[in-house]
Amino acid sequence: MDNKLLSVSQCVLDPEEIKENLNRLSKSQDITKWDIGATSSNDISVQVYKGEQKQLKASQRNSITLRVWNKNNMIGITSTTDISENGLKKALESAYSATKYANKQETPDFSPLSKAALNNVDQPIMNSWGIKKLFNKLKNAESELLNKHKSIVDVPYNGFSEVNYERLYINSDGAQRHLNNTQASLYLYAKAQEDNRKPRSSGSFKIAYGSDDINIQECIDEAASKTIAHLDYRPIKTGKYLVCFKPEAFLDLLESFSNIFNARSVIDGVSLSNKDSLENYISSPLLTLYDNGLDKTNIGGLTFDGEGTPTQKLCIIQSGILKNFIHSESTAKAFGVLPTGHAGLGAKVSVSPDWLIVSKAKGEHSSKESLNHKNTKEEYILIENLNALHAGVKATQGSFSLPFDGWHVKDGVSSSIESATVAGDIKSLLNKIINIEEKQISTHVGVSPHIWVDELSVTGEK
Amino acid sequence: MSAGADLVEIFFEKVDNSAILAEQDIITSINPSFAKGVGIRVFFNGKDGFVSTNDLSEIGLKYALEQALGMLGLEKCSGDRSTFLGLNELKDYGKIKSSYFEQTPQLKETINKILEATNLLKEKGRKIEVRRGSYSRNIQEVIVASSDGTFGRDLRLYQSIGLNALAIDKEYRSSIGRRYGTTSNPVQILEWDIDSSVDEIVESSNKMLYAKYVEAGQMPAVLANKFGGVIFHEACGHLLETTQIERGTSPFKDKLNEKIANEAVTAIDEGMTENAFGSISMDDEGMPTQETVLIKNGYLKKFLSDRAGEIRTGNKRTGSGRRQSYAFPAASRMRNTYIDKGEYKPKELIESIDKGIYCKSMGGGSVGATGQFNFSVEEAYLIENGQLKTPVKGATLIGEAKDILPRISMCADDLDLAAGYCGSVSGNIHVTVGQPHIKVDSITVGGL
Repeated sequence: MDNKLLSVSQCVLDPEEIKENLNRLSKSQDITKWDIGATSSNDISVQVYKGEQKQLKASQRNSITLRVWNKNNMIGITSTTDISENGLKKALESAYSATKYANKQETPDFSPLSKAALNNVDQPIMNSWGIKKLFNKLKNAESELLNKHKSIVDVPYNGFSEVNYERLYINSDGAQRHLNNTQASLYLYAKAQEDNRKPRSSGSFKIAYGSDDINIQECIDEAASKTIAHLDYRPIKTGKYLVCFKPEAFLDLLESFSNIFNARSVIDGVSLSNKDSLENYISSPLLTLYDNGLDKTNIGGLTFDGEGTPTQKLCIIQSGILKNFIHSESTAKAFGVLPTGHAGLGAKVSVSPDWLIVSKAKGEHSSKESLNHKNTKEEYILIENLNALHAGVKATQGSFSLPFDGWHVKDGVSSSIESATVAGDIKSLLNKIINIEEKQISTHVGVSPHIWVDELSVTGEK
Repeated sequence: MSAGADLVEIFFEKVDNSAILAEQDIITSINPSFAKGVGIRVFFNGKDGFVSTNDLSEIGLKYALEQALGMLGLEKCSGDRSTFLGLNELKDYGKIKSSYFEQTPQLKETINKILEATNLLKEKGRKIEVRRGSYSRNIQEVIVASSDGTFGRDLRLYQSIGLNALAIDKEYRSSIGRRYGTTSNPVQILEWDIDSSVDEIVESSNKMLYAKYVEAGQMPAVLANKFGGVIFHEACGHLLETTQIERGTSPFKDKLNEKIANEAVTAIDEGMTENAFGSISMDDEGMPTQETVLIKNGYLKKFLSDRAGEIRTGNKRTGSGRRQSYAFPAASRMRNTYIDKGEYKPKELIESIDKGIYCKSMGGGSVGATGQFNFSVEEAYLIENGQLKTPVKGATLIGEAKDILPRISMCADDLDLAAGYCGSVSGNIHVTVGQPHIKVDSITVGGL
């Protein structure tokens, strides 16, 4: 079988052709102002089950979002999977007819930075291994993981995938952006069980520009060690605990409450902040937070956002003080600043963070600086992963109640916790940060050190 | 089939969607969207390969088919090893639904209804500062053709109305939302009882605004009807899908005909309730829908099975092969899933508890790889000495399905359903959850 057939295909978007088509079609419909965001992806993925292929998949997908403005500068939008000339024609007509219902109080415009120079990033286009090789590697990885420990009975969730994707942004004012990227990812989640005990599960996830760069052995070892470590679990008493968040857990929590620094949420009244929150303390002075989609640890970071604004590094919290909100074109206009490269594309443009980077604020010292997850003798809860964030986070209220995987650490000895939840209020949590370790750790959701928080409520089964 | 495949299935999909968002007193977004695509799935020796594409040209489709065959080590060949006898006569479930598009109200009429609701929220909810109304209409045309002769077409109309409010008073906040979804009811928005929806949201907002955080611990709970059924959906329903049975991740995988729940529990999954969000005429593998009794008086009677589930686990298909779109292979998924009604009145359940929690309105939930579930409670009240007392917030219910099912000791007689979306292996699909009021003797409540 031809390996090319079973590998990731190359790009299909032709920016020049799309631009020419839109110029011609818009002119014929008397539309003078428009912009378009398009994505196209080709991907392949494999899953295995006990040495056999479970499911092999390939997909090719296109998607465009087209915005047009009418003579009164009212905006309309349409999305479609059809990038042919006919598809574009239908989308233009549909978007134009939607302009009559546009929001007169807030009309998005082209980003003033849609033609600004993009930052250079080193994102290599990697060759595809193809399905056959992905399958063989995953099969071997599953086998090795199963053999790591007699209690590992299954690897129920696993997958190895490759994707080649493109993104473009073009507007009638002459802006034109186009990027092409490749990515590969591997995940292995094992299930372990011992006699008369509950099954335990944990795993590992790796991402890189191509399969050649995926550290398969590290993924196997991490999945095995994490799963085995949770085998000897114990219930925990409900109460208030000193808690240490592992980087991934803290980043997940912070992102769930990103309305705190999201200008769209502030304008909509659903943020925990308001316009006057800037330059005020919103956390312990120990915390500094940046957003930087271009950070080298962000595999597959995009160099421009949905409106064509260049992605950039932005300081959000400096030593506990809220310094900036993240913006789209229209929110930036409302705040009298420039857009920050965090926009989607829509009639109402969404805003979201790219890649959060947490660090200990320079020059700030903690009275609990001795707290370190490697050698602390104090009793604490180490939270490895927070689960079910979509259900347990009330972002507009600021509250959370989340199940987690983690350890109860006492006198330096760790015991896996059988089942527990951590609950609290995010504003209060940010202010109860009593130490931030020095070492930043890259995860697949951002960068952060271990974060220590005092007096958090933990519900156990005792 | 000439390449030697056991079965080839083609799923064609065309969608025409429209979404409207109203915030405060204005429309802030109208988003029409269109999509077309094909998913091709090939089975061979119990394994399958799946390819999806937007490229509906002959070349594109041939390429996709060759890819799917190639994944299984099969190649197009000139010799004919095919057992394909042709497609059956088309079962066109969509024919009688072809006027749906024309019957749905005009955009302007829909906009007026949504704005009427957000305006009424302002009028009635003194502390409500943020008001949102949303409407989505999805028209999905599907054609399924398989080499076993299956040949079906359906036209599906899904509509959903959402109403959300955020009440604020100084540092106090409460966020309450309701969603109403239907299938095959073009005039849903015109029939919507706005006054009743607004009154319900305003009442809940007022009560929850000053609610204190719930104290964590183990306690008995009464879960309200309608969306309270999400507990069964998450805690048990997913574990009865052959997708989970195949993986070995369900604690019920070898429990057919064994007692897994309290005898008070009979649970059903079906696709037949008129206009319910999870109702379907045929599933996404072309099989007519049916009613499947999952648990009868505490005994596990059946799993939900799709084509792959039947091949790999031996459980007969139940018309439960569902997918979000052409981009996903079908998987065994729930439709309208509920615990059947019992003999008690809701107040009898509450009166039976000295100290516990009444969960009036649920948020979302999920189930983990080892069967542990959790779901948030949007609106809750303490129960003391058999009476409803103060409202409490921040509660999460946590447990494991096999531990909780035997603890559902009382079911009331007020079964009702609620629309929702379910995300799983084959994407986000429309479902209904439901139950009467039920009592769980003991459950872990996470809180402060």
